[in-house]
Amino acid sequence: MKLFHLKKQLNRSHFGNFSVFFMLVVVGIFMGLPLYYTVIQSFKPIEERFIFPPRFYVTNPTGSNYTQLFQLVSDLTVPFSRYLFNSVFVSIASTGVGVLIGAMAAYPFAKKKFPGKNGLWKLVMLTLLFSGGVTALPAYIVKAKLGLINTYWVLILPSLASTLHMFLLRQFMLQIPDSLLDAAKIDGATDMRIFLSIVLPNVKPAWMTVMVLSFTHVWNTGSVGVIFKEELKLLPTALSQISGGGVISRSGAASAAGVLLMIPPILSFILTQSKMLQTMAHSGIKD
Amino acid sequence: MPRTKKPDRLKTSLRRAYAERSSYVMIAPFMIAFFVFTVIPVVAAIVLSFTDFNMLQTPNFVGFENYKTLFLNDDVFIIAVKNTLIIALITGPLGYIACFIFAWFINELPTKIRAVMTVIFYAPSISGGVYTIWTYILSGDRYGVVNGILMKLGLLDSPILFLNDTQYMLTCCIIVQLWLSLGTSFLSFLAGFKTVDTTLYEAGAIDGINNRFQEIWFMTLPQMKPQLLFGAVMQISSSFACGAVMQSLCGMPSTDYATHTIINHISDYGGERYELGYACAISTVLLMAMLLVNKVINKVLVED
Repeated sequence: MKLFHLKKQLNRSHFGNFSVFFMLVVVGIFMGLPLYYTVIQSFKPIEERFIFPPRFYVTNPTGSNYTQLFQLVSDLTVPFSRYLFNSVFVSIASTGVGVLIGAMAAYPFAKKKFPGKNGLWKLVMLTLLFSGGVTALPAYIVKAKLGLINTYWVLILPSLASTLHMFLLRQFMLQIPDSLLDAAKIDGATDMRIFLSIVLPNVKPAWMTVMVLSFTHVWNTGSVGVIFKEELKLLPTALSQISGGGVISRSGAASAAGVLLMIPPILSFILTQSKMLQTMAHSGIKD
Repeated sequence: MPRTKKPDRLKTSLRRAYAERSSYVMIAPFMIAFFVFTVIPVVAAIVLSFTDFNMLQTPNFVGFENYKTLFLNDDVFIIAVKNTLIIALITGPLGYIACFIFAWFINELPTKIRAVMTVIFYAPSISGGVYTIWTYILSGDRYGVVNGILMKLGLLDSPILFLNDTQYMLTCCIIVQLWLSLGTSFLSFLAGFKTVDTTLYEAGAIDGINNRFQEIWFMTLPQMKPQLLFGAVMQISSSFACGAVMQSLCGMPSTDYATHTIINHISDYGGERYELGYACAISTVLLMAMLLVNKVINKVLVED
């Protein structure tokens, strides 16, 4: 008991613990308040949205902003169901195929030796830096020259080759014991067989993480700038374009859209948090 | 002598490659997509930056003309570079340190509270376009949250145009950018803390480590170097690529280009004016800058 007590208090003072807690609360409010405010705004009737001073609570909560949003969407030439279908189809196609392709490439990079491996891996690591949209313009030129603009392909194909996701899968695969793979090899299993029946089941946290990251990316990127045909646009894009523009009468609908758009990524993170942390534990770059 | 040796080497190499053909088959789908959508665009940007490419006509080679204009005649580009550097140099390191410190603090909490706090801190970076709520928070009339509170408290007589007054614009964008910066690196650090070998702490305590700062500096940091390197890459990547936040908060172009970044400049010339050769030159400069910063940080972190 005494040892336990000692361990818990090791290097920690009460004052320190209090300061840490205090800082977490202050910054936690800064982080959480804008999201909370979005939710509150979405339930405010118009007369409550423009009062002085601004309120962080609702007196007469209403769902009218949500009904207005759906009204606006259903008034469009393209039915709501089409946007929903586009989003579901593109998300499933790009996360499903993307994870499979990424994992399939990650396995040789983690566990095999083949000529050219080091050079290719260095290239992959270098481009890990360019995941933030810096290459968006030249990538657009390539997409346009390939005739992908205004097709489903432009939404699916580019997201198949995420270096970050492949990297995370590969790092996780590194810790599968070689003996496991060797045993299967002696039994005459092909690499593809080993990949499907041993590697994939063993890296479940990693591919679940990558699926969530990939879905979040597809959901948040939308179809801005690559899809100009209304019937091919994704739901998030449709929702934000209809409620955007800073028009006062639509500011409630805009908050409603904001709330609906942040639910899927946050929910999928909550559901997979422990898997994601397990995966991220292997994300380090060893020099 | 080398003449006979070289084909030999090639032969064994080819033989090894043939024996490992299944590896190539497995990486092929990813590599094709990777080359088409990442490698070729980067190479194309560098090549096209020496031309007057405009998407419609065959590009003409113009040498360093684009770069000359960029650095000597484009005042807005210089402003964009300045803004990007200010934003990147503040949000990059500050975001990085925030990721680390809050991962550290959150890791000390009991399991359930830890899970909740992780969601609160990580949520902004994954909620996509929700940052547009900041336009309401920082709105320039008295219904804006910040103005409303300051006026209610009597600290202000009239509302401040946070997103239109050049005095405040950049600061506001930096705050929002920081709000968004607890992303992948934050998760990586948090996971890193969980894997740190805590039995070492007791040994450390005996060796004279007696507060949490010494513990983190001497014992935790060295163990987390791989995560720290990964986090640095992620943070550079996102802090130099800033632009979307500025465009949606302050408009495009922003007042006096006060929050115009390199990414905004690229989309101005690429998306609006269709001077793609010129836009590619801007992209190339940005890519090179990021590579350079990454190299420097790698050196610092590895040698430390």
